[in-house]
Amino acid sequence: MIEFRDVTKRYPDGTVAVDELSLSVEAGTITVFVGPSGCGKTTSLRMVNRMIEATSGQVLVDGQDVAKQKPAQLRRGIGYVIQQAGLFPHRTVLDNVATVPLLSGWSKAKARTRASELLELVGLPVEFGKRYPAQLSGGQQQRVGVARALAADPPILLMDEPFSAVDPVVREGLQDELLRLQAELDKTIVFVTHDIDEAIKLGEKVAVFRVGGKLAQYAEPAELLRAPADEFVSSFVGRDRGYRGLGFLSADGIAVEQLETVPVGAAVPTTNDWVLVVDGERKPVGWLRPGSSSTVDGTVTADGLEPGGSLYDVEGGNGTTGSLRSAMDAALSSPSGHGVAVDGSGAVVGRVSAESVLAALSKAREQAATA
Amino acid sequence: MTWVSDHFGQLLQVSGQHLVLALLPVLIGFVLSVPLGWVAHRWRLARTILIPLSGLLYTIPSLALFVVMPALIGTRILDPLNVQVALTIYTIALLVRSVADALDAVPGHVVAAANAMGFGQLRRFFTVDLPLSVPVLTAGVRVAAVTNISLASIGAIIGVESLGSFLTEGFNRTNYPEIIAGIVAILVLALVVDALLLLVGKLITPWTRATRGASKGASA
Repeated sequence: MIEFRDVTKRYPDGTVAVDELSLSVEAGTITVFVGPSGCGKTTSLRMVNRMIEATSGQVLVDGQDVAKQKPAQLRRGIGYVIQQAGLFPHRTVLDNVATVPLLSGWSKAKARTRASELLELVGLPVEFGKRYPAQLSGGQQQRVGVARALAADPPILLMDEPFSAVDPVVREGLQDELLRLQAELDKTIVFVTHDIDEAIKLGEKVAVFRVGGKLAQYAEPAELLRAPADEFVSSFVGRDRGYRGLGFLSADGIAVEQLETVPVGAAVPTTNDWVLVVDGERKPVGWLRPGSSSTVDGTVTADGLEPGGSLYDVEGGNGTTGSLRSAMDAALSSPSGHGVAVDGSGAVVGRVSAESVLAALSKAREQAATA
Repeated sequence: MTWVSDHFGQLLQVSGQHLVLALLPVLIGFVLSVPLGWVAHRWRLARTILIPLSGLLYTIPSLALFVVMPALIGTRILDPLNVQVALTIYTIALLVRSVADALDAVPGHVVAAANAMGFGQLRRFFTVDLPLSVPVLTAGVRVAAVTNISLASIGAIIGVESLGSFLTEGFNRTNYPEIIAGIVAILVLALVVDALLLLVGKLITPWTRATRGASKGASA
């Protein structure tokens, strides 16, 4: 556990980077510090491993005041992932990952074996170990950065805007990877970002900082979206918070209605409604518009279909895939207005409608009111 | 040409002397410049003093410096040490700035990462900062080495034997082949040393040649 007790950081010129911060980060959780630049989130993070010293107040790690510990010793027990990865350009990937074990006095062979295991853990081929960081893509470098931070198996991981320098698609992959790793490793992670979406996706708890180093709100992400503490938080959280809040409500029990489907090659059904075209494994291919001409001799072909929208995975348990948000998005993005519900294998099981999502939402609200 | 073949052994021997005279100061100057450059890199005040001061030292004419050396360090007039100490000063004048610039050029996120992982100051300097400075440092050392090889010849004027002695002697005797042989030998030494330093600099920094797509053996 990490605890900030009335921590203030004031620079000699009088600027206050962190103002009377008090919060505790629970062990085994991902806690995200988020806020605009100059809000003191990175400064707060760096006070945990004494890269920055607090002017007043205490930072405790497992009940011990960090100010009373030797910086080098303290830091070897706390993994640190930095923006742009901060890999050593002159060392191979394997040696980069082996850095902290070697500093802590492991034998070279043992450190390297451990480093190879970690490359595998973060999803990189072991052959990458022989390369130099410049030979990897930004996303791969960031994975190496995470592997390096985990090398000595520290209970705490500090992550300082680790994914901000990679493109959005890669970033999303890295975020999913981090959640997967965390499910396996159960570290205490403090993650700094200026991206509220990243904070809401990753954080079990989110601390929103405002300029001047003041903590504006410290809450679970669903709470942050549902009940922002003040105008600053609500504007920082953004416009679509109602919609995004759906991501935290399970779609369990939402009605999945029957949906008419037709396999490719079959006869065109006679109906006035949209029909979903599926392949041999019942996976969606596209929509057949009412009165559509996407047919040859009266049978359905894959050409000329309307492309489908996002899919709602009824078995989706991880992240937001099984949430009301994904059900709503499936309905909204589908050209027919019918959200396509699929099972774990991607086969169509039926349809969900925006109405059923709204019904589920009001039910959830009633339950919350009576609870 | 007959002069060269008659004096080939002597040319080689003096070339050796010349190298020691010119390059020993590069080595010593380098070792001294590293801490000085580090100080200049670390503290702004030190930088504003050290960098202009080293620039100033470099403007002192070499002959003048050779001549006043005995008075400064108490050596005999003909002592090669006069030349070597003076050349060491020139080397430092050139390299302090190189070292400071090279250390400045080490990426901040790499330094921060090293600190965050628990490197001690000294260990970080020798295993992270210094190796990453090598490309910039090599450039500085090459300039210092070539400069010293050329300046060492001037020592001949105050009687310290070097390839420059062929020039002074050649002028005295109006022996053109001797003069040309001396000039060519100095040039060849400078070029060879420069090329060797370039090569060594490349060999000890394999990572600078590693770019995406050009990985050794592995493919992605």
